Amino acid sequence: MEERMNGLPNTIVKLMVRNHPGAMSHITGLFSRRGFNLEGILCAPVDGGADSAMYLVVRNDERLEQIVKQLRKLYDVKSVAVQDDLDHTVFYRIEELLSEAALSG
Amino acid sequence: MTWNGSSLLIELLKRQGIRIVAGIPGGANLPLYDALGQSDLRHVLVRHEQAGGFLAQGMARSTGNAAACLATSGPGAVNLLTAVADAKLDSVPIVAVTGQVPSALIGTDAFQEVDTYGMSIPVTKHNFLVRTGAELLEVVPEAFRIALSGRQGPVLIDMPKDVQLAAVEVESLPQPGVADPSPEPDGAILASMARLIASAQRPVLYVGGGVVASGAEEEVRALSQACGIPVVCTLMGLGVMDPDHPLSLGMIGMHGGVATNLIVDRADLLIALGVRFDDRATGQVAGFAPRARIIHLDIDEAEIGKIRRPDISAGCDVKRALRRLSRLVARAPREEWRKEVDGIRREHPFACPDGDSHPGRLVQKLSVLAPRDAIVTVDVGQHQMWAAQWWPVRQPRSFLTSGGLGTMGFSVPAAMGAALANPDRPVLVLTGDGSLLINIQELATIAECNLDIKICVFNNGHLGLVRQQQELFYGKRYVASRFDARPDFAAIARGFGIHGCTITMPHDDDALRRALSVTGPALLDIQVPEMENVYPMVPPGKSNVEAIWKSE
Repeated sequence: MEERMNGLPNTIVKLMVRNHPGAMSHITGLFSRRGFNLEGILCAPVDGGADSAMYLVVRNDERLEQIVKQLRKLYDVKSVAVQDDLDHTVFYRIEELLSEAALSG
Repeated sequence: MTWNGSSLLIELLKRQGIRIVAGIPGGANLPLYDALGQSDLRHVLVRHEQAGGFLAQGMARSTGNAAACLATSGPGAVNLLTAVADAKLDSVPIVAVTGQVPSALIGTDAFQEVDTYGMSIPVTKHNFLVRTGAELLEVVPEAFRIALSGRQGPVLIDMPKDVQLAAVEVESLPQPGVADPSPEPDGAILASMARLIASAQRPVLYVGGGVVASGAEEEVRALSQACGIPVVCTLMGLGVMDPDHPLSLGMIGMHGGVATNLIVDRADLLIALGVRFDDRATGQVAGFAPRARIIHLDIDEAEIGKIRRPDISAGCDVKRALRRLSRLVARAPREEWRKEVDGIRREHPFACPDGDSHPGRLVQKLSVLAPRDAIVTVDVGQHQMWAAQWWPVRQPRSFLTSGGLGTMGFSVPAAMGAALANPDRPVLVLTGDGSLLINIQELATIAECNLDIKICVFNNGHLGLVRQQQELFYGKRYVASRFDARPDFAAIARGFGIHGCTITMPHDDDALRRALSVTGPALLDIQVPEMENVYPMVPPGKSNVEAIWKSE
């Protein structure tokens, strides 16, 4: 529905993740293991390095709900939010977004 | 107090209630074994790491408690992963501890180094690479908490050798990790469910491994009885209903009864409890219970709507939900529906085929000869399905099977775990000649520990279920499914120091009884017909009502 509403095939899933060397593998591994599409990732440490903010560009289709539910189960994932208000231009606004993420925790 | 990483790990395992741990030592976990040797933890030396994982599973599946196993780095860890993946698919709480090369050598392709952490991500519920000895104080209780909480599952702890040797200053030891409290089901949702149940004319309870994990069998039986609702079980749900109960319809799905699948097809409400709409249970999803509204209760929110979108659902513990639900639903005899159900069952009776040597008959005979409180472990293949069809599983946790991953080689080491964790209960293995060979080395462990396990080999000289599919769906082109070499399994058992005998067709009751009543472990190599098929069978990709019942 949202796809038709905003006309975009993709949406952004924002994660706050415990920052350690294996966290990224857990997240990308989930996408390959479950056959979910992952079009892009933006990831950087926030909060003095304790956490990372991750922006995942994913297909906005009927599997999105399952992606979100599976992400919520990951031990290192502290929060999951679908951000319909964002698109791939987040990749050009990295500094701005990360400072926002750091502020919001 | 000063510990080293190894002695601390062993102490933390003991504080989790671990009394027996299975494994194999090697270069990268020698410090762990050194500490283990100085503790009163009992170690069982298996002959393949995979068997150590299945032994832990046998303990966990038969008791509901978390169990642990050990392996060294590299090949030890890789060998263990099959059993870990198996535990993931069937949601079994085990904690695996693997040795790793010293931290400074990680990434250098050191001897017996593999990326155990990376390899175990997709097959564990969670995994840890421990970086300092002090981290163990958090990691070990966390590992058990994660394994036991919500939907249970395996956790792996990878422990570099230097961490095993590191001195750790500990002020006080942490509390053991326990399961998180399960989420409270929403009252309004339960009330809606109760209304849906009250208005349903042809409801069916569809129950799976989640009911066993939740310990909700009494609640399911009570709901079924109070509301006249027949119950179908998945492979993992067998034992939730006593098979002799008139409302018990047995196993659903690919090798379920024709009547069982037809009754699900007729249902106007499917109450799905602790199930994940697995393809072996549902057949073609579009044709599964097409007339039914769906109530889905599962502790894993991600299972809800994964395959079939429910009308009402709750991500919560089944037992707690049913306890509250039972107070909201009125008793209803549903005589008309029960009459219809009985009619369908009479029209499509589920009777074991004639013939004294039919493997289904053999399952029935063994079930009569075995003590009623026996724990049965089965392997994977035709014998597994005959066992699921014809073994009367009266209680949960007494029929252990690799349901999700379907791992041949499961039964013997799982039986070892069941025997160790339940020393007062007899343990019976039903396996095939194909599956037996996959972990046959464990006969040495059984002999060494003198575990009272009776291993019944359904020997048809084939990978039977593969041969069956080739017969039915590949134009009888039999490829790599027949064994030309026919080992003398009785002699092999004797070679391991275990009583062994061969039982020919037709199966003589006295011969079976004698073999089952020997003291200590025994292997019965039982000849069965080579070309028998498991029926009914729903062809892959077909709907459950399109089962075939016999060969053309």
